[in-house]
Amino acid sequence: MSTVDIDIHNTTDAHDHHDDHHHNENFFTKYVFSLDHKTIAKQFLITGLLWAFIGGLLSGIFRLQLGFPDADLTWLKPLLGDWIGADGKMDTEFYLAAVTMHGTIMVFFVLTAGLSGTFSNFLIPLQIGARDMASGFLNMLSYWFFFLSSVIMFISLFLETGPASGGWVIYPPLSALPQAMSGSGLGMTMWLVSMTFFIVSSLLGGINYITTVINLRTEGLSFAKLPLTIWAFFLTAVIGVLSFPVLFAAALLLVFDRSFGTSFYLSEIYIGGEALPNVGGSPILYQHLFWFLGHPEVYIVLLPALGITSEIIATNARKPIFGYRAMIGSMLGIAFLSFIVWAHHMFVSGLNPFLGSVFMFLTLIIAVPSAVKAFNYITTLWRGNIIFTPAMLFSIGLVSLFISGGVTGIVLGNSAIDIQLHDTYFVVAHFHLVMGSASFFGMMAGVYHWFPKMFGRMMNEKLGYVHFWMTFIGVYLVFFPMHYIGIAGFPRRYYSFTNFDAFSTFTDLNTFISIAAIITLTAQLIFAFNFFFSIFKGKLAPLNPWKSSTLEWTTPRLPGHGNWTGAIPKVYRWPYDYSKPGAKDDFIAQNVPYSETPESNLPMEQELAKFEKEDSDEVKKVNE
Amino acid sequence: MTSVLLLVGGILLVVILALVYRIFTLVSIAKGSTKKRASTSNKVNAILFPIAFLLGFGAIFWYSGIAQKYFLPEAASAHGSEIDYLFWLTMAIIGFAFFATHVLLFWFPFKYQYKESRSAYFYPHNDKLEIVWTIIPAIVMTILVISGYVVWNDVTSPAPSEALNVEIMGKQFNWEVRYSGNDGELGRHDYKKIDGTNAMGIDFRDPNSIDDFTARDIHLPKGRPVLLNIRARDVLHSVFMPHFRLKMDAVPGMPTKFWFTPTKTTAEMREMLSQEPAWQEINPETGEPRYKNFNYELACTEVCGGGHFAMRKVIIVEEPEEFDKWHNEQESWASKNKDYLSSKGYNVLELALSED
Ligand code: HEM
Ligand SMILES: [Cu+2]
Ligand SMILES: [Cu+2]
Repeated sequence: MSTVDIDIHNTTDAHDHHDDHHHNENFFTKYVFSLDHKTIAKQFLITGLLWAFIGGLLSGIFRLQLGFPDADLTWLKPLLGDWIGADGKMDTEFYLAAVTMHGTIMVFFVLTAGLSGTFSNFLIPLQIGARDMASGFLNMLSYWFFFLSSVIMFISLFLETGPASGGWVIYPPLSALPQAMSGSGLGMTMWLVSMTFFIVSSLLGGINYITTVINLRTEGLSFAKLPLTIWAFFLTAVIGVLSFPVLFAAALLLVFDRSFGTSFYLSEIYIGGEALPNVGGSPILYQHLFWFLGHPEVYIVLLPALGITSEIIATNARKPIFGYRAMIGSMLGIAFLSFIVWAHHMFVSGLNPFLGSVFMFLTLIIAVPSAVKAFNYITTLWRGNIIFTPAMLFSIGLVSLFISGGVTGIVLGNSAIDIQLHDTYFVVAHFHLVMGSASFFGMMAGVYHWFPKMFGRMMNEKLGYVHFWMTFIGVYLVFFPMHYIGIAGFPRRYYSFTNFDAFSTFTDLNTFISIAAIITLTAQLIFAFNFFFSIFKGKLAPLNPWKSSTLEWTTPRLPGHGNWTGAIPKVYRWPYDYSKPGAKDDFIAQNVPYSETPESNLPMEQELAKFEKEDSDEVKKVNE
Repeated sequence: MTSVLLLVGGILLVVILALVYRIFTLVSIAKGSTKKRASTSNKVNAILFPIAFLLGFGAIFWYSGIAQKYFLPEAASAHGSEIDYLFWLTMAIIGFAFFATHVLLFWFPFKYQYKESRSAYFYPHNDKLEIVWTIIPAIVMTILVISGYVVWNDVTSPAPSEALNVEIMGKQFNWEVRYSGNDGELGRHDYKKIDGTNAMGIDFRDPNSIDDFTARDIHLPKGRPVLLNIRARDVLHSVFMPHFRLKMDAVPGMPTKFWFTPTKTTAEMREMLSQEPAWQEINPETGEPRYKNFNYELACTEVCGGGHFAMRKVIIVEEPEEFDKWHNEQESWASKNKDYLSSKGYNVLELALSED
């Protein structure tokens, strides 16, 4: 043990980290091709964090262009090479490439793989009392497909013709025709190949999560006693399994159009001095297929964050989550509705206006379950006894971002208003708050909260506080002003605004946003340091540092393969018995039977306690 | 050299952070705060919430006042005012919801911060409350859906038959505009007829094409309905006329439409803007007040490649008489490109004859 640990007098149990290892593991099976869900979770997490820094760096680069359009960027030449011209100006297609890669990386690699991949993997078996995932092997494959996909996407960043550049939605014909822009050449091919592997990874993961939650819950853990995290991961996996195949189909047809001369998305095109033979296809078809995944995708990144937040807010407010059933109900509602609102991204695509009004109606309905969730979080804080761990701060931050970003969805979901706001910075502000920042906050909250269980050590709290406040204020300074710019009509994916009189205002505000973005991005280094340093030098974690009631905290400090050394604990109660009147402590773990807590049982629970007694008597008899 | 400096800087940063980390850890051990449930930091974090709230909402109110002057001027189309009304109505509603929830969200952490002496209130659910706050948003949404539906229906209704037909075609990286000429009918087009001269692929086998003319700027008459016939010849583009609150994608192979009625001429708009301080500012490039050179603009809002950000076109709205005068002065595309047409095998004389 290193010297740091000596001066730490925390209680950790001594018998945990010696006996429960399989000694036939070697480095490869333990850390690389591991079948253990906890290791796989960490692999997802670390890969996701690395991607987050690349995605953030890209946004820093294009924010420089937006904030300082006249600046000489020659100093970026060592990094970007010929993408910076001899005059020190950024290439206009490179700008689009950076935006596209930023979006793709953030949505898929960071917030889908990094968030679901990490926490579904880590928490599902630990919180439902399972020794591992239903299939460790598929789980391992899921990570390595993601890894392969990452490698391909990463290499595409360095192509001479640049990575994919048509926006993260890669609408054809732009993405289908290499003549249209250089990023639609090899870069686009690699994007499609990479995303194909990504989809495989997601499906393998999702099927595994679903199976595990359905089949491997420990004795007594009914769906009505599941922590909200598990509900969220479960629904996320269901959404993913139903929608990713549609993206796969969309991508496949695009591959056909690109390489085999089909005309699914192409019709009557004249480009590069020649008329193409394709007729009869429809670019709109692609948009339907893409957004059939694309919209559920925003809930794929958001729901796990909401689940994590529910858990953390209840734990640290020392109060049951308010409206447990309403929370589940609203998640079910959101999950269902998320499949039938996709065309709100297409109000002005030439869609039939009648369909537009149907989708407006369905879209605004989603606001209702979302509002219910927000109210429930706030009521959970009411009359709590709140402890501000960094995880709790990020969770409260998430609720704020979920509301501020969510309410503008009501504006954009209104087809009449969307005529003006579609593809302006108002949209950029909206989705960065509600999807980007809220999910990112959920991910951070999860890391701070479960770090002790992942690495057996604590992260530094003070650095966590600094990180939170800088990030929280930072994201508002970056994304809130974009509403103003959007109301003024500024279109998104614009390299510069100087060509238009209408968009020549707000230059100071754009500079301000860029500075705020660079500071916020830099603040993430505090987190990076805290994270990696604490893995090795953090103080040893107590068994249940947050006094939480869920099962993962009944495992040893660093759970080995199989998670529990002895029998798997049995579950008797829901996960939110915090500050129950009469109870000895301010929480009662899920594995404590009602018969042991007569002082705090509600009348109905007193009845249950009797049954528990009979059950265990029976078991005894059978054993004898 | 720079990279060495960067490296040294990076290492220094890590060392400093490591020191800070150690100090934080040691101080908390010395104070014994690791043993306590909640230390001073808890109080600091708690108070930061209301402070952040006050500063944050202060900034929003303050800046919203300033930002207004850079918003788009009053809508210049009939349907535009309806959209604006709906927008600001919705903004008022969500602004209220945002504010009210944030008052609670930022007050509760302060009010209910951890105290040794208190314990949290065990309050797992209240079905009445849930029902209330399901129904209230549902009612508000219903109102918004209905009002949105009315406006949307209005905007997307079929164009009146007397509407002026104007064709806009997006291509990398500019717009082409065609007017239907005196017959009021746009001639057919065929993408296979496109070449360096005939950029829009006008098909002259259709007699309606003969009097069609193209224009550099988009001229529109005030007070008359205009039907935009929108298409693209290479990739997706999108017609965005922010001052008219108008947007519609331009799709290769699938023509789209949008009709509207301009309500203010360019001159009237300049006159109106001359009253506004932000528009009286001198534009350093022209040395004149900004309102003097105000123009309606058309921008592209669907990413279409490297020149996406530069697809600008000027729109000039005139009094109907001025517009008619301009319209009658225009020479048809066919008569401007006689040589081209005869090289393509059309009988130019015949074309010219059928023009009158
Ligand atoms: C400090 C961090 C970030 C900054 C400064 C930032 C900034 C931006 C800006 C300014 C754009 C619009 C660029 C344009 O339209 O020209 C953009 C696009 C985008 N961002 Fe971010 N962003 C950040 C983090 C995130 C996160 C966490 C997500 C995760 C969801 C995200 C997802 C996207 C997506 C999907 C796009 C659209 C890309 C496209 O248009 O194809 N961003 N970002
Ligand atoms: Cu959507
Ligand atoms: Cu464009």
